[in-house]
Amino acid sequence: MSIATHDTAGAHSHDDHAHGGHPEIGFVRKYIFSTDHKVIGIQFLITTLLMLMVGGALALAVRWQLAFPWQWMPIAGDLEVFKDQGGIISPEFYTMLFTMHATVMIFLVIIPVLAGAFGNFLIPLQIGADDMAFPTLNMLSYWFMWPAIVLFGISFVIGGVTAGPAAGWTSYPVLSAIASAAPGSGAAQTFWLLAVTCVGVSSMMGSVNYMTTIINMRAPGMTLFRMPMTIWGMFITAILQSFALPVLTAAGFMVLFDRTMGTCFFVPAGLVVNNADPTIGGGQPLLWQHLFWFYSHPAVYIMLLPAMGMVSDILCAFARKPLFGYKPMVYSLAAIAGLGFIVWGHHMFTSGMNPALGMTFMVSTMMIALPSAVKTFNWIGTLWGGNLIFTTPMLNSVAFISMFIVGGLSGIFMAAVPVDLYIHDSYFIVAHFHYVLFGATLFGVFGAIHFWFPKMFGRMMNDNVGKLHFVLTFIGFNGTFFTMHLLGVAGMPRRLADPFNYPYLEHLLPLNQFMTYSAMLMGFAQFLLLGNFFYSMFWGPKCGRNPWNANGLEWDAPSPPPHGNFDSIPVVYRGPYEYSSPLTDKDYLPQTEYIPPRPQPGTT
Amino acid sequence: MRKFWCLFFMFWPMLAIAVCVVAPTNGWWFPSVAPWELGQQIDDLFNLLLIITTVVFIGTQVALGYVLWKGTTVKTGGAWFSHGSHNLEVIWTILPAIILLFISLYQMDVLARIRVMSQFPEQARDAPVAEVSARQFEWRIRYPAPGKKLMPQPQPTDLYTVNDLHVPVGKPVMIRLRSEDVQHSFGLPELRLMQDAVPGLVIPVWFQSNTTGKYDIVCKELCGWGHYKMQGELTVELQEEYDAYLQALQAKMNDDGFSAEANNAVAQSNED
Repeated sequence: MSIATHDTAGAHSHDDHAHGGHPEIGFVRKYIFSTDHKVIGIQFLITTLLMLMVGGALALAVRWQLAFPWQWMPIAGDLEVFKDQGGIISPEFYTMLFTMHATVMIFLVIIPVLAGAFGNFLIPLQIGADDMAFPTLNMLSYWFMWPAIVLFGISFVIGGVTAGPAAGWTSYPVLSAIASAAPGSGAAQTFWLLAVTCVGVSSMMGSVNYMTTIINMRAPGMTLFRMPMTIWGMFITAILQSFALPVLTAAGFMVLFDRTMGTCFFVPAGLVVNNADPTIGGGQPLLWQHLFWFYSHPAVYIMLLPAMGMVSDILCAFARKPLFGYKPMVYSLAAIAGLGFIVWGHHMFTSGMNPALGMTFMVSTMMIALPSAVKTFNWIGTLWGGNLIFTTPMLNSVAFISMFIVGGLSGIFMAAVPVDLYIHDSYFIVAHFHYVLFGATLFGVFGAIHFWFPKMFGRMMNDNVGKLHFVLTFIGFNGTFFTMHLLGVAGMPRRLADPFNYPYLEHLLPLNQFMTYSAMLMGFAQFLLLGNFFYSMFWGPKCGRNPWNANGLEWDAPSPPPHGNFDSIPVVYRGPYEYSSPLTDKDYLPQTEYIPPRPQPGTT
Repeated sequence: MRKFWCLFFMFWPMLAIAVCVVAPTNGWWFPSVAPWELGQQIDDLFNLLLIITTVVFIGTQVALGYVLWKGTTVKTGGAWFSHGSHNLEVIWTILPAIILLFISLYQMDVLARIRVMSQFPEQARDAPVAEVSARQFEWRIRYPAPGKKLMPQPQPTDLYTVNDLHVPVGKPVMIRLRSEDVQHSFGLPELRLMQDAVPGLVIPVWFQSNTTGKYDIVCKELCGWGHYKMQGELTVELQEEYDAYLQALQAKMNDDGFSAEANNAVAQSNED
């Protein structure tokens, strides 16, 4: 079967890379240093799921401190490294914890799970290609993530529990630029910056590959406006990434030069940091904020757009209905990406940049809510009049809409500068971006895992366990993060190791304890996902090519698809969302199914 | 079971709204009424946004609940085969655009009055009351001596305190904010105000309190391990009390540890 596939694929002009004539490959080339996009995607997926647990554990430690400040830590408190501080979370360790929580979740979970895992797995399958345009580059993009993981690991342990990277994931200078500024600003910060550079290189390799593949390797008939929304999301994300990432990489090197070679890009003169006089200067710390957010604001869309695409696919498949407003959905994705480049200043409303600039950023930031609103209305429109099937992927996708509404609406508050003067750096912000990154993106990812798992492994995940995981996560999530809005309105700043030494925040302790219990529930629920995932991988019930009766090209390939993907080059006749079409008796109409034109009444 | 999921997705928005309704009575809301006009206007803007977003929140969640509920009844003719509606797209693009544009333009005025230097009250702009220098992990405050103006450079007669900022009540006051080491942020949550203290920049910040009392100064930008305890206090007091405070501060700073009688006695003996 698979050899035949290669022969047909070999005849095709795109197949100018190595896998064609080599059906027998060893274990290492097949599963470890693989150039097959599906294996790389699954490698990314498993890595990011494990990192999700690491990031979650760090978050639970943060929540422990906020609910039970300066109390003995369960589980970790007995460890040797915490002996010196009596088994509690010290303020140094607390700053490390939230810095690394954000770092792990952003750089090692959300970005790689969307672009790395699902981008790799789905792009060739959904556009009808046999692999990526550059398979070796693809392999390197996965293996460049490991130096990053190792370097982040080194940075976290190099100073013990008192001197890890502790400048926040934003790493604002001067805190991150001068080694004596804080215990964690020494070697740990250098390793952290190197690790960020490595994930950047990994992402960049991926983006180049995705853009090339999507532009050049679509199957016959797969026009741009017949591509599934997932592909549009991945495509626009790849463009965003390739334009924004070099700025972050350059800025990262500038801090590294400031730290190691004595340059002063970000260090102004006349500072007395930690009683040590740097004596040199002439730089501008605000420059870092501009450069950093020029990448990191588009990055929040990098962390969202692919999930938006995947959710659009899932909603259509389980509403048995075409996507409502396909072209507006595509244009709004593009509008989010375009506007995403001119709104970075809204992270700097209180930074002391020119207020006139703040006004322009306020208008552009307000306007970026518009395409998001259009997308939300279209998702609801997609469900309107559908025949809904509440599978686990569907539940997660509906939760995506419901949570994204909250995340989108709370964004309006901080886009309004005067209101932002109060809620900036408060828990309102923390609530907002968790509703977008967890409530939207991660629920979308959970949906996508359950939806495409049969294609990845040829087996189904357990739907009841999936639903239980969904319900527990949903309850835990809202218990943890909805209440954060209230903390924010009450004025509780983020990143404080002990907010309760401020008298006006003392009464918020019980609310924080409730949130911590909710977070524990949410953390526990993720073991259901992992258990379901790894159990079903080996022992789940086997499934056929198209277990969901979906339309996309990927469902035309065997499950799991062999090396080379399709039995023969698929030919595409229509868009991916022709569910319940009157042209056929089934309630779905795959993109590859040919229907001979019917004679029009009255024309013959 | 299908209806169960509709109820599940409808239940949580209702719970969310209920929680918000009871929040103010539980103290999960603004700390206290802002003691100045612009602070209250920020609250008003917040409430306006809250009304707009609540309407949209209820509208979209109800719409979501409605389509979910309708979608659970199996239709004999299959789902509605529709690719969308051009008119609806136009409506739900233009309507939010107008609302969002209105919000951003409506906020401009308050922003300008708080942030744009030329819009500051004249008396505050011409005579900053103090220079606040943030450093790990304290606020250093430099006042001019009574009757003198605050100079950009420290003067021999200047008065210094730490974490204790006093200002007169009922009039606009301006401080010069700077940082001596890393980035900090000067936050006055009870006044709904914050401004980052950026190394290398001197940033003017003005505010006013119409009621006397003590307010927290909170560092709101991560500045190192001790960030959480970088706490200062703003004391707003009557003009007489404020003048007396500065006099006392000056007397304390000029005090060399000897009483006036002792000084006079020394002077007397020197003359002899």
